[in-house]
Amino acid sequence: MSKFHVTTQVNGDEVEFLCDPRETLLDCLRDKLNLTGAKEGCGTGDCGACSVTVDGRLVCSCLMLGVEAEGKQIETVEGIADGDVLHPLQKKMIEYAALQCGICTPGILVAAKSLLEKNPNPTEEETRYWLAGNLCRCTGYDKIIRAVMDTAADLREAS
Amino acid sequence: MALDDRKSGFTFVGTRPDRPDGLDKVTGRAKFGADMSAPGMLHGAILRSPHAHARIVRIDTSKAEAHKYVKAVVTRADFAEVPFKPGLEGEFWNVLENVMAGEKALYDGHAVAAIAATSALAARDAVKLIEVEYEVLPHVTDVDKAMAPDAPVIREGAADYSVPEGVHPNVVRYHESGHGDVEAGFAEADLVIEDSFVTEATHQGYIEPHACLGQLGADGKGELWCTTQGHWIAQKTCAALLGIETSQLRVTASEIGGGFGGKTTVFIEPVALALSRKANRPVKIVMSRSEVFRATGPTASASMDVKIGMKKDGTITAAEGIFRLQGGAFPGAPGDMTAMCAFAPYNLTNVRQVGYDVMANRPKQAAYRAPGAPMGAFAVESVIDELCKKLDLDPIDVRLKNAAHEGTKASYGPTYEQIGLVESLEAAKAHQHYSAPLKPGQGRGISCGFWFNHGGETSVSLALSEDGSAQVMVGTPDIGGSRASMALMAAEVLGIPYENIRVTIADTATLGYNDVSHGSRVTYASGLATIKAAKHAVEKLCERAAAKWGIPVDAVKWENGCAVPSGPNAGDFDPLPLAEITANMGSTGGPISGHFEATPEGAGVSFGIHIVDAEVDPETGKTSVSRYTVIQDAGKAIHPAYVEGQYQGGAAQGIGWALNEEYIYGDDGRLQNSIFLDYRIPVASDLPMIDTVIVEVPNPGHPYGVRGVGETGIVPPLAAIANAVSHAAGVRMRQLPMSPPRILAALKQDG
Amino acid sequence: MTGGQQVVEVDATTTGEILRELVRRYPQLQAPIDAGVSIAINGRIIASGLSEPVPEGAEVYLMQRLRGG
Ligand code: FES
Ligand code: FES
Repeated sequence: MSKFHVTTQVNGDEVEFLCDPRETLLDCLRDKLNLTGAKEGCGTGDCGACSVTVDGRLVCSCLMLGVEAEGKQIETVEGIADGDVLHPLQKKMIEYAALQCGICTPGILVAAKSLLEKNPNPTEEETRYWLAGNLCRCTGYDKIIRAVMDTAADLREAS
Repeated sequence: MALDDRKSGFTFVGTRPDRPDGLDKVTGRAKFGADMSAPGMLHGAILRSPHAHARIVRIDTSKAEAHKYVKAVVTRADFAEVPFKPGLEGEFWNVLENVMAGEKALYDGHAVAAIAATSALAARDAVKLIEVEYEVLPHVTDVDKAMAPDAPVIREGAADYSVPEGVHPNVVRYHESGHGDVEAGFAEADLVIEDSFVTEATHQGYIEPHACLGQLGADGKGELWCTTQGHWIAQKTCAALLGIETSQLRVTASEIGGGFGGKTTVFIEPVALALSRKANRPVKIVMSRSEVFRATGPTASASMDVKIGMKKDGTITAAEGIFRLQGGAFPGAPGDMTAMCAFAPYNLTNVRQVGYDVMANRPKQAAYRAPGAPMGAFAVESVIDELCKKLDLDPIDVRLKNAAHEGTKASYGPTYEQIGLVESLEAAKAHQHYSAPLKPGQGRGISCGFWFNHGGETSVSLALSEDGSAQVMVGTPDIGGSRASMALMAAEVLGIPYENIRVTIADTATLGYNDVSHGSRVTYASGLATIKAAKHAVEKLCERAAAKWGIPVDAVKWENGCAVPSGPNAGDFDPLPLAEITANMGSTGGPISGHFEATPEGAGVSFGIHIVDAEVDPETGKTSVSRYTVIQDAGKAIHPAYVEGQYQGGAAQGIGWALNEEYIYGDDGRLQNSIFLDYRIPVASDLPMIDTVIVEVPNPGHPYGVRGVGETGIVPPLAAIANAVSHAAGVRMRQLPMSPPRILAALKQDG
Repeated sequence: MTGGQQVVEVDATTTGEILRELVRRYPQLQAPIDAGVSIAINGRIIASGLSEPVPEGAEVYLMQRLRGG
């Protein structure tokens, strides 16, 4: 097996890894960089548990190859908190009990953060459609949507 | 409500603090099944049958074994030797047969061999080198066809004592119960409706696929890390299947990414251990989503006939149901549970129910939230709705008129203790949703649902630290915030802050046996155990205080986290806080801890009522749910936010089951929709907010009145939505899911 | 299974004794009891415990072993 050498930035740190051309970015994050926050729920782009941002764009890391990460800036759930200070979304998710098992939570946080960066004042419908790519089987979404919209309201007030 | 005086006595219970594991779960730090690795670890992959039913003539593993990255290959032969436990019987045998096929592959996706290689990619490549010669046999996947006289026999002799003579061998268990005289009852009715219903199999759809990391040495000692609802059952089963002593296998439960009943058994875990034993290295196996759909435990599919008689005033005079459940190629479909739950909400003079457990060439069904109950409720509550419609009666009034209450002889036999159905129905009737006006094109449906709930074997251990904090070890994996509930209950007894209590899910080596987190048992049973373990520790705290004060121990009571003298002869001492007692416990008698090991019985049955508004697009046949309310008796909500979450999650899963989700098999017996794109579970944009009402009619079997809450919530949605669709579109849907093509077909047939 | 009788009276103080007594009197009940039963005592369902006390004059009901998800 000949492997490729990839240099990329993850949560602000420059990292390098060797990967098989068939390995996904998700495989590389989890198995080579030990960043197991992003989860594989399906491997087919249908569940969003593997959500990360690449150069600011929300992607399913299971649908992108590791080699394509060369020279990119990647943000994962591990990079959402600022040191030991949680992002408001993280706080609200806990406060609203918006996670039960929590397997979908990393993906939801990455996706919701990217929503609020694009649209600080989303309607319920916009929030629901933006998160439609993130499956949660436990909560029925109610508390997740409320947590995201309430965070948006807080952030608007703060700015 | 009756509990009001009792409720005011709680300090912590009933509040909504942040969950103890919240930080780990929002930062990506929590370790789930697939997040673990070990030095020298190999990756496993499983070869699965492409046939629904086939004799395995020959397996040639030589090419795979010769592959340079492959370290071990296993087939059924690697499980057959059982030095400690010869003659695997009953369910163990079934599980073994399911984990690795023996003489026959019994369903599309059935495991036939497995390999371990140095990387996941190499494993995936090399597993294709295993050659299997099959003799394809006729198959059957439909429940009614599997019972027909000409159906292929899946396994001769699988039926138990209960099956009457002359029934097809694929029928493996039979249940009949009831009381009164249904024929006489039907004769008294003003209207009798008899109808037939079908539901397809669905999957629990937990987002985390099964994953494990196993290590087993030639000395019979092993370690297993896995995502499971019950690591003790995993320990027991793996040990039996591998022929090692149970205690020599230590199982640690990872954080669990959803289970809903589907992670109450083992699939890949014994395989990883068998591979590890051969390769002498740790082996990790992670299922793909497609493997999860094809080869874990979906629900049973069902075919049902229900007949109910009613008087003009709404009194049900008789009810009868026949419930045939298909549970895959093994015994276990919960036809008995369906039958026992179907009419349980009602106070009936004449009732009879029959349940069949039927085998077909599909994966071995597993529990899915209140296993068996949702299907039966769909059939029964649809017929009741039709009766209400024809007799022009209010659906809640009719249910109230017939509702079971304390003292009612349940349809399944015993007499009810205190139950909360009437209170829940009254709350539903009073809810503003029920009287809100409907928009044109919308229909409103309601349904009742019932579930037993479960206690089960439970061990809890609680230890106090010298600084006055407490650690609680429980054995039931935390699927939906149960650590928070345990900490609240321990705080309530000890009288120390919630934050000072750490709840850990102990591994099998550090605590006694625990049943799986299922049957809505966690808050009930582990909760009861936590309360008792904490009380046990409090007794010791009081003893230490009594010794210090030199007064008898019965002159000491525990109040707000302190020992206080009580009674006329106790003397006058300042309250002694917990932390002051623990600070020098080493010199006053040693460590203080509390234990509970028993099988709490008395889980307390529960009822729920769902109200749904739905709209059907006559052009496309698509149903949208526009408003949804869950009313359910929780007995006592320990952490109300997580109780609401259980209600909402159950409703959402029920909506998926009712409208979209189904296992689709081709004529070739292969599963055609084994990815989330084709097996579509509800996404955020499919659903409205889900309103909840927590009714609290205390369970006499729990110190705080807790009833299980996890399962009942999936029982009413199927019928409630079907009833809403029937009112919106004017067609009675008798088959689930009510997917757009089915609704269009029904609309067309209706003219 | 009990010679057509739906209701039988037995002397016993625990759930386990009830089952033993039933099997002694009606050997045909061995198979269903082995397959797993739950017992309701005055409406309280005992899923599997054999040492639960049974009060004098209690209504006891045998049912299929309950399972959960
Ligand atoms: S794992 Fe990438 S979308 Fe599901
Ligand atoms: S909390 Fe379990 S999948 Fe979302």
